[in-house]
Amino acid sequence: MKKILKFMGKRSNWALPYIIFMAIFVVAPLLLVGYYSFLDNEGALSLYNFEKFCTSYDTINTFIYSIGIAMMTTLICILIGYPAAYFMANSEYGTPKVMAMLFILPMWINILLRTLSTVALFDFMKLPLGEGALIFGMVYNFLPFMIYPIYNTMQKMDKSLIEAAQDLGANRRRVFRDVIMPLSMPGVYSGVVMVFMPTISTFAVSELLTMNKIKLFGTTIQENINAGMLNYGAALSLIMLIIIGLTSFFGSDDDESNETGGLL
Amino acid sequence: MKKFFAQAYLWLILAVLYAPILIIVVFSFTEAKVLGTWSGFSTKLYTSLFAGNAGQALNDAIFNTLFIALVAAVISTILGTIAAIGIYNMRQKERRVVNFVNSIPMINPDIITGISIFLLFVFLGLSRGMMSIICAHIAFCTPYVVLSVMPRLMKMNPNIYEAALDLGATPFYALRKVLMPELWPGMISGFILSITLSIDDFAVTLFTKGSSGIDTLSTFIYADARKGGLTPELRPLSSIIFISILTLLLIINYRANKKVNNNK
Repeated sequence: MKKILKFMGKRSNWALPYIIFMAIFVVAPLLLVGYYSFLDNEGALSLYNFEKFCTSYDTINTFIYSIGIAMMTTLICILIGYPAAYFMANSEYGTPKVMAMLFILPMWINILLRTLSTVALFDFMKLPLGEGALIFGMVYNFLPFMIYPIYNTMQKMDKSLIEAAQDLGANRRRVFRDVIMPLSMPGVYSGVVMVFMPTISTFAVSELLTMNKIKLFGTTIQENINAGMLNYGAALSLIMLIIIGLTSFFGSDDDESNETGGLL
Repeated sequence: MKKFFAQAYLWLILAVLYAPILIIVVFSFTEAKVLGTWSGFSTKLYTSLFAGNAGQALNDAIFNTLFIALVAAVISTILGTIAAIGIYNMRQKERRVVNFVNSIPMINPDIITGISIFLLFVFLGLSRGMMSIICAHIAFCTPYVVLSVMPRLMKMNPNIYEAALDLGATPFYALRKVLMPELWPGMISGFILSITLSIDDFAVTLFTKGSSGIDTLSTFIYADARKGGLTPELRPLSSIIFISILTLLLIINYRANKKVNNNK
């Protein structure tokens, strides 16, 4: 008992229960994804699953198509979201403070409900479901994830730099191109990560928006797991993890916000 | 003129963003079975939802969702707060490692979190059910609690706690009387955030619920939508969820703003 009290007296040990919990439920499961993906059907270590992936025409097709849809969604989100974030962050357009809040709110509503509402909207306007609806739905679902980080970086931007550029004789276009744009890039990077990753990994959304006609990579993974092909499903998950690792590496500039915990 | 254009652009995006949600809310006040047909104003769907006439499965799903959210949020808040105190008192190097692990569940797509925990239960030969869902929810909620509590710790004077110990308080007494009151606001934000995240979750629950027959609202909606035709009572239910989540988030946001104003 005394020993325990002494141990708990040191406050850095207080994190221990959490560390143990995370080791079991976060780290170990991820290692298991890696482990299972190198097992073949007999349970022997092999590259069988990855060979299967590389030779399966359908899966590769879905994979490339998903990346395409994710890139398209990301691009549209930048095109729509960047001006929106710019207008909101710039006081000369007189945007009310509550506006930023209104943009973030839908982000917290269940993705299935949002998707079903999109389906309802398309039905209501008598528009056909399909690829168009899929891209619309993805942009609709993830646009706030693009606007929010860009808006955040623009708000934190040092306004005196803009004034300095103006004082030195730059016109509006040059100020935007040489000062505002480069300074807002970290926000764009994290926006890209936050839109690209969920777009490529969602499932269910594409089925609902296209009446099961179009399948994305997330759905393929889910189908394999459901069908009991755990090893193959794990291998596909690992491939997705690698893609996500690569994308988040691309956007890793903006990790200070984590320390200060600016969630809302 | 420019101001008008910017405002019009922002309101237009907001209108599109909220249109589907609005449709659901509007059509929750009519009896028609199919979404999009208006058969006159009626609150029958609301009364039937509250009277529990929407079917046992839906009632169970509502109960499970609230039960899981509550249990997971309470445990996450306790675990996360204690962990935050521990992490705060760690040396730089250890802290960086724990912070990295802490950020994994936030970066990981839901589908990967779900599949990896599913694999853990398969690997250990444990059956999935309420237990596995709750563990998974704790795993992805706690990091947000840590992030909500951390800023409070950083702002706090570290000597107060030491002073309490020097004056003869036991660590537990000092925790209760000195640390807790300081950390309380962060804990509440973390708690509310955990509740919304847990209610919102779909992918993780789907993979960790196994064949136990336990459904949360998300998985119920998913199964329902796949069968075609949504249960009409889901419309008033979604409307209620929208409005409660909006209120919860407004509370968090209001608290955050108050905090900012106090600091000024």
